[in-house]
Amino acid sequence: MQEQEDEQTPSGPIAGKQAGLILDEPPIFERSRAGRIGVWTAAAPAGAESVLPAELLRDSVDGLPEVSEPEVLRHFLRLSQWNYGTATTFYPLGSCTMKYNPVVNEVAARLAGFANLHPFADDDAAQGALATIWEVERILAEVTGMDAVSLQPAAGAQGELAGMKMVRAYHVDHGRARRKVLIPASAHGTNPASAALCGYTTVQIEGNRLGLIEAEAVRRAMDDDVAALMITNPNTLGLFEREIVQIAEVVHSKGGLVYLDGANLNALMGIAKPAHMGADVMQINLHKTFSTPHGGGGPGSGPVAVRQILEPYLPTPRVVCRDKTYAWSSDFPKTIGRVRSFHGNFGMHVRALAYMLALGGDGLKLATQMAVLSANYIRKSLEDEYHLAYPGLCMHECVLSDKRLEEYGIKTLDVAKRLLEYGFYAPTIYFPLVVSGAIMIEPTETESKETIDEFIAAMRAIAREARETPDVLHDAPRRTPVGRLDEARAARRPVLRWTKPETNA
Amino acid sequence: MRFIPHTADDVRAMLDHIGVADIDDLFENVPIELRRSATLALAPGRTELEVRRHLESLAAKNSAAAAACFAGAGAYPHFVPAVVDQILQRAEFYSAYTPYQPEVSQGTLQAIFEFQTIVSMLLGLDVANASMYDGASATAEAVLMAARVRNKRRRVIVSRAVHPHYRETITTYLEGAGLIDVVEAPIDAQGRTDGAWLAQNIDEQTAAVVLGYPNFFGVIEDVAAVAAIAHAREALVITATSEAVALGLLKSPGELGADIAVAEGQSLGIPMSYGGPGVGLFATRSEYVRMMPGRLVGEANDTAGRRGYVLTLATREQHIRREKATSNICTNQGLMSLAFTVHVCALGKQGIRNVALANTAAAHRLAQRLGSIKGLEVPFQAPFFNEFVIRGKRLDAARAAAQKSGLLAGISLSRWYPEFGDAALLCVTEVHEDSAIDALVRAFETAAK
Repeated sequence: MQEQEDEQTPSGPIAGKQAGLILDEPPIFERSRAGRIGVWTAAAPAGAESVLPAELLRDSVDGLPEVSEPEVLRHFLRLSQWNYGTATTFYPLGSCTMKYNPVVNEVAARLAGFANLHPFADDDAAQGALATIWEVERILAEVTGMDAVSLQPAAGAQGELAGMKMVRAYHVDHGRARRKVLIPASAHGTNPASAALCGYTTVQIEGNRLGLIEAEAVRRAMDDDVAALMITNPNTLGLFEREIVQIAEVVHSKGGLVYLDGANLNALMGIAKPAHMGADVMQINLHKTFSTPHGGGGPGSGPVAVRQILEPYLPTPRVVCRDKTYAWSSDFPKTIGRVRSFHGNFGMHVRALAYMLALGGDGLKLATQMAVLSANYIRKSLEDEYHLAYPGLCMHECVLSDKRLEEYGIKTLDVAKRLLEYGFYAPTIYFPLVVSGAIMIEPTETESKETIDEFIAAMRAIAREARETPDVLHDAPRRTPVGRLDEARAARRPVLRWTKPETNA
Repeated sequence: MRFIPHTADDVRAMLDHIGVADIDDLFENVPIELRRSATLALAPGRTELEVRRHLESLAAKNSAAAAACFAGAGAYPHFVPAVVDQILQRAEFYSAYTPYQPEVSQGTLQAIFEFQTIVSMLLGLDVANASMYDGASATAEAVLMAARVRNKRRRVIVSRAVHPHYRETITTYLEGAGLIDVVEAPIDAQGRTDGAWLAQNIDEQTAAVVLGYPNFFGVIEDVAAVAAIAHAREALVITATSEAVALGLLKSPGELGADIAVAEGQSLGIPMSYGGPGVGLFATRSEYVRMMPGRLVGEANDTAGRRGYVLTLATREQHIRREKATSNICTNQGLMSLAFTVHVCALGKQGIRNVALANTAAAHRLAQRLGSIKGLEVPFQAPFFNEFVIRGKRLDAARAAAQKSGLLAGISLSRWYPEFGDAALLCVTEVHEDSAIDALVRAFETAAK
C-alpha cells in the first residue's frame, strides 16, 4: 500500500515532496502521555512534601512533557537531522568564520577535572583551570600584539560592551566621558548597539568608492568630543583598511581611542597585529577564529584585549601569576567591574586552547593564509557571473550582490534558497547594509578545494538558472523539511510558545 | 596540517587561477610594515596526542573537581543524565550557527521554541526569549528593560540578598547607560529582603525592584508581598533565580507577581565547568514582548501550510535597529539552551518536582544536623530551598579540615557580607551520598570541639 502511494506521488523537488523517508517530529509536548518519565528519580524522601510550607509550593509544572528516555533521544536526534552544520555541510556564512570544530576540543572540555570544577574552588585546588586561562590570554596577546587580556566576556558583543565601558572609564578618568563614537557604515550592528549601551551617540562614517575608510573622512568627523572610533579590520566587505595606521593617528591626535572589532581576526594571524595598527582595545571571538563551536547560536566567548593604557580598566577578577602559581585578583581599583558571573565561558577557553596548541604559531598563520586564498579563489571564480561589490583582492571573505540578477526578477534571497537545494548552507545575505542585496561568502581555511569547486559550480549554475529558468529560484527550496516560511505573518501574529491545541486559537 | 586540507598542488592551482604568484601577493593591501612585525612567537603545532596530554595534565591539577561539592552560590552540582550529552555531541547541533536560514535549521529552531515554552512554564510568564549569556547578565538586561518600560523613572532597587555577581553585573551594565541609580535594599534578620524598608522606599521614581528567588542565601523571598507594594506604585518586579531546580517546586515568579523573571539554567543539564558556559533564562509578560532583549523564535507556516519555526520580531535587535536596539546581544547560549531543554524533557513534569523535593529535604536534614552542633547556628529562620547559611566561630578551620577529606564545604560569605562575621553558604543536592554528608558533619563537629 505504502509503495503504491509512493509510486503515485511524484518524488523529487518538483512536486514538493522529498524523496526518501520523511519524519514529522511534532513539538515534544505533543508526545507527552501522563505518567511517563525520562529519568529515574528516587521517589522524594518520606515527608519531603512537608519540609516547606504548602503555600510556597506549586503543583507540578503544568504543561511540561511526560516522555520516556527513548522518546527524548529520538525526538532530539530527529531534530538534529533537520540541521545543517559545518560538520555536515559547507557553511560559507560570511562574517561568522564557520570553520571546522576539532573533535578533540569536545573531549578536552569534558575532562572531569574541568567539567566538574566549581567556580568558587580555592585557587590552589584549581591551578589547572587558572593555567588554562592564563595560557589562552598569553596566546591571544601574542596574536593581537596587545598587552593584556580578559576572558570574562561571554560573547563578541559582550566583549564590545566591556571594551566600550573601558573606553568610557578611561575618558572619565582623564576628565570627561566625551559623547560620540565614530562607526563606519559597514560595521556590525553590535557596534552601534554596544556604544549606545555605554551612553554614546554614534556618528556614521561613510566608506569611499573602494569600500574603505579614509583617514581624511575620520579627520573631518574627529573632535575632542569623540571618545572612540569603532572599526572592523578587515572590514565587513572583506577588505583590509589600508589607511588604518593613519586613521588611528588621527583618532589619537584628538585624544580618542581606537576600538578594533576583532570579528575578522581569522584574516590577520601572523599577517598583521591589531596593536601595531593603533588599536587600543579589541574583542576576539573564540567561536570564530579559534574554532570553538557556534552551537546553533552560542555559547560564544568574547575575550577583550587592551594596550597598557587601558589595562587598569579590564573586568575583574583577573588571573595573576606569581612564582608559577596562579591566583584570581580583584585588586584593580579602576576596573569596570564584572560583565557576568564567574570567569567567562570557561568550557570555551579549554576548547580554544586545544586548538591553539594543535596549530601552533605556524599553523595559525597558515590558517589565515589558506582562508584568504580560498576567499580570493571564490571571488575570482564568481566575479564574472555575479556583481562584485568592490573589485580587487579581498581578505578572508568576499561580498557579491544580486545587481546583475535584478533584471530577471531574482533577488539575493532567491539565490540563497536555491543554494540550499544544491546542498550548501547560504552565505550571509543582506549584510553589510552598505551593499544592496549583499551575498557575503567566507569559506574559511578548513574546506577542501573540491568542496569549494562544487560550491562555485552551484553558484554559477544558479546564475544561469536566474537568466533561463528564474521560477526554479523563486520556488526554492523544495527539498528541505519545510519550504519558505511566512516570516512576515509570524512577526505580525507572534506565536512564541507551544500551547495545548484546544487553547491554541 | 590536519584541519587544513590544501595540498601544495591545490595552493598552486588556486594562486594561478587568482592570477598571483604567491601567497604573500594576496596580502599586498596590508602595509608592509605591519606584515614585517607580525611574526608569532608561539610554539609549533602539536599532535592530537600531545594536545590531549597537555590538557589532561591541566585538568589533573584541578583537585577541587574531584571533591564532594557542597558549594552552590550560583553554580550547582547536579546529576545530568547521559541522554543530554548524547544530544549535545550531535555535530548537527553544535556546528551550526544562529538559524538564519530556517528551511535548513528547523532542528535548532524547534528546539529553541521548545526551550522558550519550557522557560515560560517554569517562570510562569507568557513569553521567554531564546536565552541570554547567564543569570547575571540576564538580570542586568532585565533591569535595562524595566528602565525602558518605565522610562520616566530613574531608580532601581536591588536586594542585597541578590547574588553578588549579579549585583556587580547590574552596576557595570548601568554605568553610563543613562542616569539610572541603583539602590540596595537591606536584608532582615530572617535572611529576606527587608519588607518594611521596601514599603518605605519603593516610590514613583522606582522603575523596578530586583529580588533573588530563592535569594543568595537559599532563602525563599516573599515575592507576592513585595509585588503588592511595588505594583501599588507601578514599579516592576524582577526575580533572579540562580538555582533553576527550585522552579520545579516553588510557586512560579509569574504567579507571585513578577513582571520579568530571569534565571541561570546551569542546574539543569549543564556541568559546572568552572562557572561557564551556563544559560540565562529570560521571561516576561506578553505586553512587554517588543521591549525584550535577545532572539525570539516563533511558529510560522511554509508555502504548503506546514508548521515550522523562524526567528521573529527581529526589529528589536541590533542587526536591524543598530544603536536603537533593545540590547547589543547577538550570539547567545544556543547549545546550552538545548542541554537545558533535553534535561527538563527527560525529567518531565514529575521528575523535576522529585529532584527539587530531594534537594530541599536533604538540605533541611543537613541544616538540622549542623545547627545542633554546639557553636554552630543556622541564623536565618525563613524557609530555604537547597542552600542555607551557617555561622560559627571556627568555620574556616572546619572548612579547611573538610577540604582535606575531599569535601568542598561551602563558600565563605565574608568577602561579600562582612557583617555576618564567620559565615558560610552550604548547598546540598541529589548528588550527595550519605557518606559524604556524614563526613561533612564530622568535620564540623571536630572543629567545634
